[in-house]
Amino acid sequence: MARLARLDLQPDERERLALQLGLVLEYVGRLAEVDLEGVQPDVPVRTNVFREDQPDRPLSPEAVLANAPARQGDYFRIPRILEED
Amino acid sequence: MHRLAAHQLLPRLRDRQLRARDLLEQALGRIGRLEPTLHAFLHLQADQARAQADRIDAELDAGRDPGPLAGLPVALKDNLCLQGMPTTCGSRILESFVPPYDATVVRRLQAAGAIVVGKTNLDEFAMGSSTENSAFGPTRNPWDPGRVPGGSSGGSAVAVAAGMVPLALGSDTGGSIRQPAAFCGVCGLKPTYGRVSRHGLVAFASSLDQVGPLARDVRDCALLLGVLAGHDPLDSTCEDRPVPDYPALLERGVEGLRLGIPRAFLQGLEPEMATSFEEATEALVGCGARLVDVDLPHLEYALPAYYILAPAEASSNLARFDGVRYGLRVSGPDVAAMMRRTRAAGFGAEVKRRIVLGTYTLSAGYHEAYYSRAQKVRSVVSRDFQEALARVDLLVLPTTPIPAFPLGEKTADPLDMYLSDVYTVGVNLAGLPGLSVPMAPVRGLPAGLQVIGRAWDEGRLLACGQALQSVRPYHLAQPQAALFDGGMA
Amino acid sequence: MSATEAAGLVFETVIGLEVHAELATRTKLFCGCPNRYGAPPNSAVCPVCLGLPGVLPVPNRRAVELLILAGRALGCEIARLSKFDRKNYFYPDMPKNFQTSQYDMPLAEHGALEFEVGSRVHRVRIHRIHLEEDAGKSVHVAEGRQDVAGRLGDSDYTLVDYNRAGVPLLEIVSEPDLRAPEEAAAYLEALRDLLRWLEVSDCKMEEGSLRCDANVSLRARGSLELGTKVEIKNMNSFRSVASALAFEEVRQRELLEQGGRVVQETRTWDEERGVTVSMRGKEHAHDYRYFPEPDLAVLVVDRAWLDRVDASIPELPAVRARRYRQDPGLTPAQASWLTSSRSQADFFEAAGGTLEVATWMANELSRLARESGIDLAQGRLRPQALAEVLGLVNRGTISNKGGRELLEHLFREGGEPAELVERLGLAQISGEDALQEEVLAVLQDHPQAVEEFRSGKDKALNVLVGQLMKRTRGRANPQVARNLLAQAALRGEEG
Repeated sequence: MARLARLDLQPDERERLALQLGLVLEYVGRLAEVDLEGVQPDVPVRTNVFREDQPDRPLSPEAVLANAPARQGDYFRIPRILEED
Repeated sequence: MHRLAAHQLLPRLRDRQLRARDLLEQALGRIGRLEPTLHAFLHLQADQARAQADRIDAELDAGRDPGPLAGLPVALKDNLCLQGMPTTCGSRILESFVPPYDATVVRRLQAAGAIVVGKTNLDEFAMGSSTENSAFGPTRNPWDPGRVPGGSSGGSAVAVAAGMVPLALGSDTGGSIRQPAAFCGVCGLKPTYGRVSRHGLVAFASSLDQVGPLARDVRDCALLLGVLAGHDPLDSTCEDRPVPDYPALLERGVEGLRLGIPRAFLQGLEPEMATSFEEATEALVGCGARLVDVDLPHLEYALPAYYILAPAEASSNLARFDGVRYGLRVSGPDVAAMMRRTRAAGFGAEVKRRIVLGTYTLSAGYHEAYYSRAQKVRSVVSRDFQEALARVDLLVLPTTPIPAFPLGEKTADPLDMYLSDVYTVGVNLAGLPGLSVPMAPVRGLPAGLQVIGRAWDEGRLLACGQALQSVRPYHLAQPQAALFDGGMA
Repeated sequence: MSATEAAGLVFETVIGLEVHAELATRTKLFCGCPNRYGAPPNSAVCPVCLGLPGVLPVPNRRAVELLILAGRALGCEIARLSKFDRKNYFYPDMPKNFQTSQYDMPLAEHGALEFEVGSRVHRVRIHRIHLEEDAGKSVHVAEGRQDVAGRLGDSDYTLVDYNRAGVPLLEIVSEPDLRAPEEAAAYLEALRDLLRWLEVSDCKMEEGSLRCDANVSLRARGSLELGTKVEIKNMNSFRSVASALAFEEVRQRELLEQGGRVVQETRTWDEERGVTVSMRGKEHAHDYRYFPEPDLAVLVVDRAWLDRVDASIPELPAVRARRYRQDPGLTPAQASWLTSSRSQADFFEAAGGTLEVATWMANELSRLARESGIDLAQGRLRPQALAEVLGLVNRGTISNKGGRELLEHLFREGGEPAELVERLGLAQISGEDALQEEVLAVLQDHPQAVEEFRSGKDKALNVLVGQLMKRTRGRANPQVARNLLAQAALRGEEG
């Protein structure tokens, strides 16, 4: 799970988390008691909310990169990617 | 001055008895004195606020109308984006993040003439019920600084309760406005889902989050809600519906209103809280309301459903915090390692807990048992509310089972902390509006009455709160601690 | 199966294609940033497509319309109720680390595309078409040298540009109905032509507005089960698609014939070496943890909307080509060429839609377009002008050659045909009186040719005509000239 969530966990963190999660899952497992015969999840009421295909001003590259931890020119710079998506 | 509500300050500002700049300086002074103890704020923007106040004063002097909130100091929960100021969400991972845009609600406040004084403390990413999960230290309850103010909008509730500012914005996903309002003795409203724009509110659980007002009294809440509510083309979940004149609806009273009480659900409520609740309901009967027992048979499942759905959405919403584009970056040999280390260092324990929980309940093999099931339970809970609110006009119950608990008391056991949300989360699942107004204190600590209404029926909610306040003005009580004496009146 | 079992079996190739086409909208799918190729890095980015905290998506109506249009043109059923879902995974070119896509309720399903390979008509079923947002682009940099197509793992660091993040994409998934690499390439071309025709996408593989991944498997001919499928990625041109599939076909067949088993995996096409290569590190199947996008409303396409879109579908190329073969009776090749683009077909019809127009377009105009590098649609020649030119030629006002000259002028500089004829002096001299003098002069100057003609050598007349054309600087109407010369020669009018 930690890998899926891109979270590094220390061994003691992992242990504690597993324990706590176990308790929470046990608690939320109570939902199994509910009779859900024929129940469908609610469909959101709002339908067809759109915007028109008209352009808005984008941010300037400076504003885009203003919070960037690392940049090179007008690009974001990151360490190399090892795995394909 | 700090004892006055916004609606009392406004006329004084308008007829120039009071200058916006002076009001602001008083607020800043009070903040300066109280902050070392209470720690309600994460950032202050004194200079910008002063410039704003001067502008408002100039407008008012010239006889112009800068808006319905002209000259009122306002505090914003630090998960609302204010351009040019840090928006940290109480997290190390966003400690340095400065948004290049304003949240829609912020723009509306400014257009209404309000003066943003600063950003308030919160549980990290709004996940928590005590504001102890902030990476920057907890906020303390002004009624007893050894106790929590509630969460996640603890900072905003304290800013109002301690008389620092008359108005504040919070956000509510499972009770995060209502519960701190109850713990701090102020009024807090979670609007109907879709009433107020979420554009600029850092998302926790997208289908549950709402921005709402915290204020000294119901009238102020109504005033602030009227400014915040309304359509926003930048938020597809924000409905395009006319905004009623909420302050005008306050005087409707509760004559003839049927108030539903989910008695079965309140079994086991501690006696003093039960007494306070009874006093409040009796007061409302005295105003002409009728009490009706109602049943919300699946309400006990609201909390477990919430703790599946909210973390699931959160795990997805928080995936963007990875050190690539903004915020904290902890370096690594490759980008995946960088992301993992950044998130490990940047997120606190509660956030990590919920991310992992949310990832789990969405993952293949568990999706059906947890996430899908919780979705269905949600609609069942929602149906319970609809059916109850077809038989009565409003539901009333305590906002919380207990008053503010001591700092550190519940941090060891997350489940224990989650249980304090038991009376509030169902309202978010059903998307309904909920208001907390002060009722009789419990063991000297504030307690809140929660009023829940039909979707879009905030007017009736506020009228009920107003009725209670008119006969039981607990909202006028001020925290007694010696700290607050000697403050300017 | 064993090698002995495999030997003697005839294998059938089964191919399915997954195509992504960038929609030709002005703005991105969920925000108003411009949807433009080649902009400077991070210059078409806003808080929404950058995935800043607090932002929310709002869908572009035109993107949905274009999908419905493409779906209907491909004979799909359009879902009455449809939604967006979040596809969750981490990758640095995805600002939110989830992609807003469609999972179990796509907008369109169950269509088909017909196309020809040689003279055979193929029909490939379309499984589904859905809408999703594109990711940004990464540039992998190694040792100071920028290598856009660089392989991962070779680079030192990566640069990311989010201009493309949020651009609307159609994902078109075919059923595994293709049976050969050339078929797959033809399918892709037909799909491209159709999407361009509808102006849904400009489908340029070289710009990335058309991308293709393939699934290939082999099975014994006659078998109903599908073999183990291999996904092939990184085919960046139509030719690559054909080559990669051809290679993969052979690789899998050889493997099976030797008694081996095909591994279900993803392989990347290496254009340089002409081979597919296994992409290791894909052992973990992605768990995308799909759930409905809570920030977006559901999509309801009602009858009225569907009818409006259906009414707006232009006559499709195949139908138009068929019509041209009937009237004015073009050959299949001519019809196919004319309908390869809508602007070309429209031009043809606006210019009169006759056989003659088709011929002149195929011969002259395509040459002019090629030589000048300017598209017919971008050129200055109006279809009505072409019609006028042909009229002038047919009436004999100008010669064929004059017509070609006139067209070249009109194509490059525009203008009015009649006016240009005057200015350029292209008018033929057709009047007998006007030519009489020249006729006599030519006959006088070339008695030998006249003699030869009189004595039956018809070819001698050509010489005389040639001379007359020279004398008139090509402006004599050759037909009239020929007649006059012949008559005069025979009558002995030279003097």
